[in-house]
Amino acid sequence: MTERQQDSGTEPAYGGDSPTIVDSSTAEEQRTEDVTVAEAGGEIRQASLWSDAWRQLRRSPTFLLGAGLFLIFAVMAVAPQLFTNADPRQVIDLGLSADPPTGDAWFGYDIQGRDYFANVVYGARVSMIVGFSSVLGVLLIGVTMGSLAGFYGGWIDSVLARITDVFYGLPLVLGAFLLLSVMQNRGIAQVSLALAIFGWMTAMRLVRGTVVSVKDADYVQAARALGASTWRILTRHILPNAVAPVLVYATITVGLFIAAEATLSFLGFGLQLPEIAWGLQISAGMGRLRDSAHLVFFPSIFLSLMVLSFILMGDALRDALDPKLR
Amino acid sequence: MSDTGEPILVVKDLVKHFPLTQGIVFQRTVGHVQAVDGVNLELYPGETMGLVGESGCGKSTVSKLIMGLEKPTSGQILFEGKDVAAMSRRELRRYRRQVQIVFQDPYASLNPRMTVGNIVAEPWDIHPDVVPRKERPRRVRELLDLVGLNPDYANRYPHQFSGGQRQRIGVARALALRPSVLVCDEPVSALDVSVQAQVMNLLEDLQDELGLSYLFIAHDLSVVRHLSDRVAVMYLGRIVESGTHADVYDQPAHPYTQALLSAVPVHEPALRGAKERIVLTGDVPSPADPPSGCRFRTRCWKAQQICVDQDPALVDRGQGHPSACHFAESVEIVHTD
Repeated sequence: MTERQQDSGTEPAYGGDSPTIVDSSTAEEQRTEDVTVAEAGGEIRQASLWSDAWRQLRRSPTFLLGAGLFLIFAVMAVAPQLFTNADPRQVIDLGLSADPPTGDAWFGYDIQGRDYFANVVYGARVSMIVGFSSVLGVLLIGVTMGSLAGFYGGWIDSVLARITDVFYGLPLVLGAFLLLSVMQNRGIAQVSLALAIFGWMTAMRLVRGTVVSVKDADYVQAARALGASTWRILTRHILPNAVAPVLVYATITVGLFIAAEATLSFLGFGLQLPEIAWGLQISAGMGRLRDSAHLVFFPSIFLSLMVLSFILMGDALRDALDPKLR
Repeated sequence: MSDTGEPILVVKDLVKHFPLTQGIVFQRTVGHVQAVDGVNLELYPGETMGLVGESGCGKSTVSKLIMGLEKPTSGQILFEGKDVAAMSRRELRRYRRQVQIVFQDPYASLNPRMTVGNIVAEPWDIHPDVVPRKERPRRVRELLDLVGLNPDYANRYPHQFSGGQRQRIGVARALALRPSVLVCDEPVSALDVSVQAQVMNLLEDLQDELGLSYLFIAHDLSVVRHLSDRVAVMYLGRIVESGTHADVYDQPAHPYTQALLSAVPVHEPALRGAKERIVLTGDVPSPADPPSGCRFRTRCWKAQQICVDQDPALVDRGQGHPSACHFAESVEIVHTD
């Protein structure tokens, strides 16, 4: 089926003055080309980058593990009451303060005698919100600045690159720490904002680098020769080729920012009581580490697993989104 | 098929100098690379004009200038009598529909994130009035069929194709707007020899079928010879000789052309030795600092004082076609192939 159509376009041209030996070899070549393509492409089907990526992700154990963990935490964040009937804020008995895990209370009790399992489960929500909203902010700043700098180059690039360098000089946690320490009210919005403001630089450089490497590619020149607008060139040709590394970076960064939020809360400059957050729980448990290690252990384990889930997913995404590896 | 009526595309005294800058923050210009320095070309409807020259002589810059991807330093590109640089937005859109390009590297000229169908249909997204939306899937299949690809491949990605097939996709994209001029910027030099023949034959067929004019850029004389009606030879940003296929190939007047032609290998053992081999010495001078007078004089065995002092113009010097050499002298070339 394929050979005939393939050859029909070229065959009439084989006459002319090219020697006969070329004829046979080109026909041969054409046929082998067809075979390799058939093998590489498999059956003919509707294909797109994302559907192919999804097809591969479903078969990746790394992704399945990460996504499984993520799903559990996502449900935990949206509907914590599915996991526990206890109210995380209700003091059951002060006499149970910092008691170790039992059959009734799987994770034991916190210092004030509240059910610790409920506390840890309810802590997933703020971590998720802070992680996603700060990364959203990072992408907003990073993609805008990166594509501007990469596409236009020149002095715009120089100015934006120097600004990025200045921000790179401040470590994420230190910068957020300083900004939050001058804020009156430190809630989820403030912490996310602080993380986004001091964490966008890598995204900017990633986008800038990809845009620079792609903008002089022949296919961008071809689009220009067709008369495509700057907007079209950016959104159809340049950014789609930059989105895969950014998506991978963003997935991993959600995890890292969740850890950064916990660090800030632990240090006392992130979220504040009465917010239920893992960083606060670890902080409160630190003083009792010797006799009641479970107070530090459980929120730490949950925090690590959540961060791990994002890193696993990001890793699998990287493999799936690169069509050249397929 | 050539030399009938008005030329469709005229390149007049085209000059492109790229500034050479130094410094990172405070950039200053320290010189200019004279990539293209006074090129004149005419392309007639339905003909193929070959533009030959070695790497770095400015061939690709000429194609970029014609496509409007670079702005000329001076000179004009006239399409149907209108200066492309002075065109309004609307006229430029019309120009882009008329003049399209096929790139050299089939691996870099297709967006890896788009399916073949989307790549071929993109020209219609930009010029929506050419083909109505409903018609597009059918037209994509037609185009793929026209360039000798299986129309069922429309949903695949470029990386699933070989170099020759990718170049066919590039040709299909260029043809989507039904242009009258196709600039082929070394369209086969990245391909295997066997696949080169296929793509060249395809281009020939398409010309017969659609009445296209080609500006065919190449560094391979035999490739250009196979396709061109007229040939221009470029050296260091200038055209040194131009004429019909027969003029340039059989009676070259410029020493550079003679040297180039003498370097075409002879594949008939019995005929070896029948052809005099001219071996040029030295390298191509830097286009940032070209020699005075004739640009070829540093490597020319005929060079005299006049070549240093006077820049030879590209005029007919009694050989029946223009050449830019003070000592132009036509040499009968015995083609042994």
